[in-house]
Amino acid sequence: MAATPVVVNPKGSLWSRLPLVKQLAQSVGLQRGMLVAGLVLVALFLLTAALAPLLAPYGFAQLRDESGRFGSQQPPSAEHLFGTTVSGYDVLSRTIWGAQTAVLVIVVAVTMSLIIGVLLGVFSGYFGGTLDRILVVVCDAIYAFPSLLLAIVMSIVISGGQSSLLGGIMSAAISITVVFIPQYFRVVRAETVRIKAEAFVESAKVIGASNMRIMFRHVLRNATRTLPLILTLNASEAILTLAGLGFVGFGIEPTSAAEWGYDLNRSIADVSSGIWWTALYPGLAIVLVVLGITLVGESLNDLADPRLRTRHRAIASPAAAATANEVDELEKPE
Amino acid sequence: MSRLAKGEQAARIEDLEVTFATDSGDVRAVDGVSLHVAAGEVLAVVGESGSGKTVTAKTILGLLPETATTSGAVFIGQENIVQVSGERLRQLRGTSVAMVFQEPSTALNPVFTVGWQIAEGLRAHGNYSNGELREKSIDILRKVGIPDPEHRVDHYPHQFSGGQKQRIVIAMALVLDPELIVADEPTTALDVTVQAEILDLLRRLRDEFNAGILLITHNMGVVADLADRVAVMYQGEVVEQATATELFANPQNDYTKRLLAAVPYIGAGREAARARAVERDKVNAEPVVVARGLEIVYPGRFGRGGFRAVAGVDFEIGPREVLGLVGESGSGKTTIGRAIGGLTRVTGGSLMVLGTEFNGAKESDIRPLRKDIGFVFQDPATSFNPLLTIAEAIAEPLVVHSEAANPDDARARVNQLLEAVQLPIGFGDRFPHELSGGQRQRASLARALALRPKLLIADEPTSALDVSVQARVLELFAELQHEFGFAALFISHDLAVVDMLADRIAVLYKGELVEEGTGEQVLGAPQHPYTKRLLASLPVPDPIEQGKRREELRLLREAP
Repeated sequence: MAATPVVVNPKGSLWSRLPLVKQLAQSVGLQRGMLVAGLVLVALFLLTAALAPLLAPYGFAQLRDESGRFGSQQPPSAEHLFGTTVSGYDVLSRTIWGAQTAVLVIVVAVTMSLIIGVLLGVFSGYFGGTLDRILVVVCDAIYAFPSLLLAIVMSIVISGGQSSLLGGIMSAAISITVVFIPQYFRVVRAETVRIKAEAFVESAKVIGASNMRIMFRHVLRNATRTLPLILTLNASEAILTLAGLGFVGFGIEPTSAAEWGYDLNRSIADVSSGIWWTALYPGLAIVLVVLGITLVGESLNDLADPRLRTRHRAIASPAAAATANEVDELEKPE
Repeated sequence: MSRLAKGEQAARIEDLEVTFATDSGDVRAVDGVSLHVAAGEVLAVVGESGSGKTVTAKTILGLLPETATTSGAVFIGQENIVQVSGERLRQLRGTSVAMVFQEPSTALNPVFTVGWQIAEGLRAHGNYSNGELREKSIDILRKVGIPDPEHRVDHYPHQFSGGQKQRIVIAMALVLDPELIVADEPTTALDVTVQAEILDLLRRLRDEFNAGILLITHNMGVVADLADRVAVMYQGEVVEQATATELFANPQNDYTKRLLAAVPYIGAGREAARARAVERDKVNAEPVVVARGLEIVYPGRFGRGGFRAVAGVDFEIGPREVLGLVGESGSGKTTIGRAIGGLTRVTGGSLMVLGTEFNGAKESDIRPLRKDIGFVFQDPATSFNPLLTIAEAIAEPLVVHSEAANPDDARARVNQLLEAVQLPIGFGDRFPHELSGGQRQRASLARALALRPKLLIADEPTSALDVSVQARVLELFAELQHEFGFAALFISHDLAVVDMLADRIAVLYKGELVEEGTGEQVLGAPQHPYTKRLLASLPVPDPIEQGKRREELRLLREAP
């Protein structure tokens, strides 16, 4: 029985195995709706960021054009579709340029926290001992701080209150990195501790493989499965933290880059005087981007778990379909 | 007592079909199965993994997940389980059909007392005062043979042994006096001596409570011991149904015949062992492994003493010799294997492996020896890195010991190894999850043999496999041992399996070596009472012979 070669090709084509494409094909019903909605929002966000110079009618720090100053707090009009802010910037342009800043910050922050967090996690989990205990305590301590407060402190430390484009983006990104490292650290460490006890790690050990080889060839690649999920969820958190930093005034100066949080901050006074357009569009941008990324993350999370994944019902023979009845959801078949 | 008279029908399954929706399309798990169980009768459903026996059993209780689509009929009394409402189904569960699960340690909730858990069934189906609940719980505990039930009813699951836990699970099933008890592999997780006791209990349920029992199992010995009738399932279909005596004496279906032939029995390996002994005597060489007063203590938690897993064990493994290490769970057999493999620290005595003392050895002392020691793990599903192909995994030892620069470089050697373990070369490009359990275990053998080790440690290599697959893997192991000429430590809980392969057998009991000798000595004329009990507890796949052995075991237990 064991010797009969079974012809299976579970791999499928390369295209259908690509990360998001695979999940999209796998999903059905509401889960597919969520995933598609999320992907559309994220795609829009990324396109906007990439094409900002083409899409935006004006520069992010532009106050005047050939026909003179834009004017402060102008309501939406043909020249300024979303109106202008109290400082006289074009709201539409700043909202579009803001996407670029957001993408930069997310990419830098997530990449840095990913690399540092994963490496620390693997080392800590694999070797254990004193180093592990210290790292866990430090990470727990970081957890205990409100993340925005920590980000503010970090941003003061890093930029010293100055904010050029790069400095501003880096300080925002590094602040977010520090907040997120513990998340990657904990997840990878927990996975490493679990995988360390798996038989295939022991079998690598009895083969005589070195610790480094076991860590990077056998443990690490198996420990990173849940990372794409945290990554997407963190990306949305990163935007919120960036916006929060801008909102409390530790963000990037309006002359170096457009930043939604800063714009929101500047529009507080407008809201009570009936000027709705300065707050609405940057706020909407934040909500949509966070919503999009979160939808993608949550859908991926559900799809990765066979117990949460919904499937088409099995098709029984026509006569049987009538008698098919509800069955309790309790256990999965082996 | 069951409400039914003996012989009356407790359950009937008619033309049952179950289809699961999975990621890779619909799977028909059960295909037109018809069965019936009478009160006071044990119907055993046997089959290998994937044969649909567990799905059939779960259908009877309406426990299938929502991805399943069911057609056909399952009658309990006059009601068709497939069609009744969820509420009615809930009423039937417990009162008409009850279930005994495979793993008693997970079937019980650790935060409630066993008395509470038994009473839970009663509470779900009627109004009782606390006093009545307690009284009924104590009563049922006594009936399933828990000593001192008045006191024990307030204990938590962890305060009971594995066998006692299974008794409690059975008590939970029994408390509402159902007409049918579905027992899904009730003894698979238990040691063989405990298994014999649980089988006795189930037999008593049939006779005294007049319950119908649907026994799901893959163990032909258990079937022979307990079943009145047997249904053999294969790929979702019932291929044969007969009374137990008839089925074992005169199997009709080809699959049944193959299944019965694959069951290992004691005495099968004696001829071969004798031949090998003659061959070995010609060459007289240093033993590969020598253990003297070997002691392994696992460190305890704060303030508690360590746990002595191995307490002063002496044994030797000569070159080309297979030592079979037998014992129940907790006997220390796996610990010894891991110590020889350098995975567990030796804490006392002496363990010489290939001329190196392991007591006090550092990892760097052991590493040079690794290429001479192969290791085959128990569960082939977890012993492969899921992200490496089979060829990469087999090449891993070659790469690590610099015999090949990378997996591609080692491919020629890997292909030879795949051929040696009788796997098609194309399997090298597959991932572990694309192989069946038996194929993976062969690949595991190939990996262990990649560096032509002088010593192979096999830790229960076949216990996760189906019986027909196990037979082929054992055969292969014997062939390879002959061809490669390695010495081996073969660890198993199954006496019959060890007897097929081993030159000498060592019996471990609670960390001590109680008996050692050739298969003929240890299993033919056991000296130690534990070995005798172990041997008598092993059910043989023959109902008549098993009846006699049961009697012997009873006498053995009653003897002081």
